Amino acid sequence: MAPDTSALEALHLTKIYKRGAEEILAVDDVSLTVRKGEFVSFVGPSGSGKTTLINILGCLDNATSGSLKIGGETVFAENKYLSESDLTKIRRQVFGYIFQKFYLVPTLTVYENVILPFAFFKKAEANADPMEILRFLGIDKRTSHRPSELSGGEMQRVAIARALVNKPEILLADEPTGNLDTKRCEEIGQVLRSLNEKEGLTVLLVTHNPALAKVAGRTITLRDGKIAQPA
Amino acid sequence: MAKKINIYQVAYKNLLRKKTRTALTILGIGLSAWVLISLLGFNRGYESALNKDIDNMGFQVLVTAKGCPYEAATLMLKGGTGLRYMKESILADILKHKEVERLTPQLMAAIFDPNKGESGRINAYLGVDPVTFPAMKSYLKFKQGGWFTDPTALEAVVGYEAAELEQREVGDKMLIPEKNIEFKVVGILARSGTADDGTIFMPLKTVQKIFDKEGLITAAGIKVNKDANMNELENKLYDLPDVQVVSMAQVKNTIMSLVSTAKVMVFSIALIAILIAMLGVINTILMSVLERYQEIGIIKSMGAMPWDVFRMIWTETVILCLLGGVIGIGIAFALSKITDILIRRLLPYAPTGSLISIDSQLGLITLGVVLGIGLLSGIYPAWRAARVRPLESIRSEGD
Repeated sequence: MAPDTSALEALHLTKIYKRGAEEILAVDDVSLTVRKGEFVSFVGPSGSGKTTLINILGCLDNATSGSLKIGGETVFAENKYLSESDLTKIRRQVFGYIFQKFYLVPTLTVYENVILPFAFFKKAEANADPMEILRFLGIDKRTSHRPSELSGGEMQRVAIARALVNKPEILLADEPTGNLDTKRCEEIGQVLRSLNEKEGLTVLLVTHNPALAKVAGRTITLRDGKIAQPA
Repeated sequence: MAKKINIYQVAYKNLLRKKTRTALTILGIGLSAWVLISLLGFNRGYESALNKDIDNMGFQVLVTAKGCPYEAATLMLKGGTGLRYMKESILADILKHKEVERLTPQLMAAIFDPNKGESGRINAYLGVDPVTFPAMKSYLKFKQGGWFTDPTALEAVVGYEAAELEQREVGDKMLIPEKNIEFKVVGILARSGTADDGTIFMPLKTVQKIFDKEGLITAAGIKVNKDANMNELENKLYDLPDVQVVSMAQVKNTIMSLVSTAKVMVFSIALIAILIAMLGVINTILMSVLERYQEIGIIKSMGAMPWDVFRMIWTETVILCLLGGVIGIGIAFALSKITDILIRRLLPYAPTGSLISIDSQLGLITLGVVLGIGLLSGIYPAWRAARVRPLESIRSEGD
């Protein structure tokens, strides 16, 4: 049997939200596979369901129906939902997250922010010096600074370093450049690309920015909760 | 760089975000801790000071003419008696009882002196037996001079504070107003920390003669044999006609019952202070949790389990209470004398010794109580934080 090269495998994922009496179909029967080491971007208009989809793929939420395999292992299947603790256990082992807002702790230094995940959990294999990550991201000279002393681009790099410190298998980036200008946006795009190309990290990127989406090897367009145009 | 980080460091640094709010909360807890330890110290110190006062009386039972027991108890501690009179012959009847080791008669006389102070003052003279009284009050030491030279002499021994107030020294002459009788100061007592400090002592016979109370006394102090049954003696003494018997135990109980009302009031204040501090802690930590709602969600997305987040927030509460407790206890130690004065004003009767007895053991107990309150106060905010779901906190960002 050939080794499983899929990082993620989603089958017929559906997510329905209830808003009062109204039911909103946010993700509508989405099936997709992401290979290990692949860089996939998700684009689409606001309300198209891309963030909801990436939240399910990133084990931040349960699907209403469908199944999800991570690294060949079934995480959840039809009508079997995971508790918050179970989701946390998967998240800490598999994923690193970066978001539009950086959520750096203002009273901690850059270095302390980067190693913050170690206060809660440290993977056995995460023995690499966090300084290597900071060097890779070009912020190794700013380790003792507070977040308030950094530019937006630097803060996002710190957030990326924090997401990488526990050696995730998959990096999930939800609108990571939403708060940055065009130049910083390009820089972050290059950082994500080199993490994918040089480190072999699987990257899932949600963005409104077509230029940023292009740094990915594959772009998936979502519309009304469905995959409209797989690349 | 091999620096490490743990939940406790993160919790501590979280408190530095809003320094003013943190400082005010610590101050609130500190004030509550101050009130609490002072009251616990008062609870202990008052009883000990009262016991010391009673021990320093030199006698365990006081026999007075029948009257109000509360008045008798209070006057007993203040060194005087109610101005009701008994016949001196009662002493022989009291001495018949085998439980009585020593007996000393007293006659209190008071007279208004219009020339003292702004609107006059009552001068009190305590007639005591020159033989039995000094023997019973062996703890009294002299700063100057000594006891009377003769049982009928026109002489006085003046307590330390009374001598200070009157600016008297041995050899000075003093005048009894209205009676126009002069007497000589033969002794000034050293400070004893008891009611004797404010008393002017004269020979019993002299006071009886000056105030036309020959053959009368106002009280008889009894020192009881070590193995004697106090209750039995009290019952026997009550067989004597028209006497009021006040024992040390009764005095203590009477005073403690008077003070218990003040204690309830003061403990109520402490309880309110603690409740306010608790609400302050809950409010501070809860506000901090709500402000960091999204950040806590991100921390959970990093792999923090609900218990990790609970522990982090709980630690913040413990740090606040620990600092507040230590500051409050420090203030209590530093200001115990001022607290003593404030509490003294609230009481119907305050013993002469220190009312507030604070030591390191009480400090540790108070710190334990404050930490316990902190842990309780922290449960709800920590539980709220532990329940934050990463998705809910992040959702506001996406589409």
